[in-house]
Amino acid sequence: MAGPGGDMQWCFSQVKGAIDDDVAEADIISTVEFNHTGELLATGDKGGRVVIFQQEIENKNQPQFRSEYNVYSTFQSHEPEFDYLKSLEIEEKINKIRWLPQKNAAQFLLSTNDKTIKLWKISERDKRPEGYNLKEDDGRYKDPNSITSLQVPVLIPMDLMVEASPRRVFANAHTYHINSVSVNSDNETYLSADDLRVNLWHLEITDRSFNIVDIKPANMEELTEVITASEFHPHQCNTLVYSSSKGTIRLCDMRASALCDKHSKLFEEPENPSNRSFFSEIISSISDVKFSHNGRYMMTRDYLSVKIWDLNMENRPVETYQVHEYLRSKLCSLYENDCIFDKFECCWNGNDSVVMTGSYNNFFRMFDRGHRRDITLEASRENSKPMQVLKPRKVCTGGKRKKDEISVDSLDFNKKILHTAWHPQDNIIAVATTNNLYIFQDKVN
Amino acid sequence: MSDEEVKSLEEQEMQDKVISPEKTEEAKLKARYPNLGARPVGPDFLRKRLQKGQKYFDSGDYNMAKAKIKNKQLPSTPTEKTEITGEHIPTPQDLPQRKTSIVASKLAV
Repeated sequence: MAGPGGDMQWCFSQVKGAIDDDVAEADIISTVEFNHTGELLATGDKGGRVVIFQQEIENKNQPQFRSEYNVYSTFQSHEPEFDYLKSLEIEEKINKIRWLPQKNAAQFLLSTNDKTIKLWKISERDKRPEGYNLKEDDGRYKDPNSITSLQVPVLIPMDLMVEASPRRVFANAHTYHINSVSVNSDNETYLSADDLRVNLWHLEITDRSFNIVDIKPANMEELTEVITASEFHPHQCNTLVYSSSKGTIRLCDMRASALCDKHSKLFEEPENPSNRSFFSEIISSISDVKFSHNGRYMMTRDYLSVKIWDLNMENRPVETYQVHEYLRSKLCSLYENDCIFDKFECCWNGNDSVVMTGSYNNFFRMFDRGHRRDITLEASRENSKPMQVLKPRKVCTGGKRKKDEISVDSLDFNKKILHTAWHPQDNIIAVATTNNLYIFQDKVN
Repeated sequence: MSDEEVKSLEEQEMQDKVISPEKTEEAKLKARYPNLGARPVGPDFLRKRLQKGQKYFDSGDYNMAKAKIKNKQLPSTPTEKTEITGEHIPTPQDLPQRKTSIVASKLAV
């Protein structure tokens, strides 16, 4: 990956989380997201907790060390629930976090589990009032008869306190499990998508939601596909896309009609019917869809590849990158151990020149679109010395295994990197293994 | 089938394996699970996916059983905690407790 001055090299910066191998289920990281400036990095986990890290101001004395991310705030976003009417257990796992663009001193994010979306306000408090007339400093009320004079309370500085409070709860709009949340560029509305429906919300209104896509068939016996992901266009507030378990992406224009069941564009790569196998549909299921920052392209992730689509061309992707093609000859066992259903996410870098996605064995892959180069790196505690340069990894597919290569059969399929995020401006990436968060940055020469 | 026909069939199969590792894997899977349907992602599969999280506690059954037994003790909980459906009438003690994560995230240390 060429940056200014030659090939970019990725270095270890930080790792967060416990070292022990015994992972509690609640600690499994389920989502990672930078905010719009990259100053804040949020993670959600299976236990319903959100942890937000803040980038510390650059240390000017040591130019080779980039700023670090330290804990800024942590809170319990969702709790487990039981829907008694439907005998349904509602997990507290945070499926998605999406930041709102900053409008004032506070930060806002949307976090969602399977059923309920919440708008959280994260605000700083560094002053507190002192000298109330009717209360003592510890909060006890004064005896009114003892008050003989008036004082003006003053604000005095205090240690920084970061408070998170739920400002809105958007509930009861989804029969099925929410897989996506996306804030509109109008900064007033957002969408939430479940397996069969996409709903439109206004950030201020919690008791009402408009259904804009509904693919539920009248007869459930005719159900052939489900919605897997959905996103608003970064600039066009009327445009959204949703992907399906059959490998198609539909683009909808909300100006066309109130109910967007009829797509404006259908993106689908034709398949050679002679290549079709039992696994074809499963591995074509799209696990993530992301618009490029410039709004001209979108990227989809299916089980084995990453595809870049030009929004003006529906009949095939403009670029296809193989993430781990060597798994094609392992599909039988991947089906048996359910790994074939793993949902990998993908992300763009700030200028849309490089895309990244995760794989197994704690490997993650980057594809440099312009230079037609790709690299495989590993998130591991063994490569966690400060600023240690990551060595590219290679999987040996057969025949003689070279010294540093790892054979397909030695890959650990329990070590999956499903969630990755790229800083919106800089070359800083956040990579989530099962229960650890790694932060890597490019080497500043 | 003549010898020649058998031979050409075998060659075709070998060709298929070389061309399509996917088809080889499919054959492997079908050999292990002969009852596997042709369509892995049919309506049944999707419906199961939509119903994830379903637990069966019927308060009606529970109260009826309680009324029947009256003063007698409710059936004691089996050692196998997962068996709370079917013949066994679940009691509140049977249902797995969903505790919230009071412990702070280890990422925030």
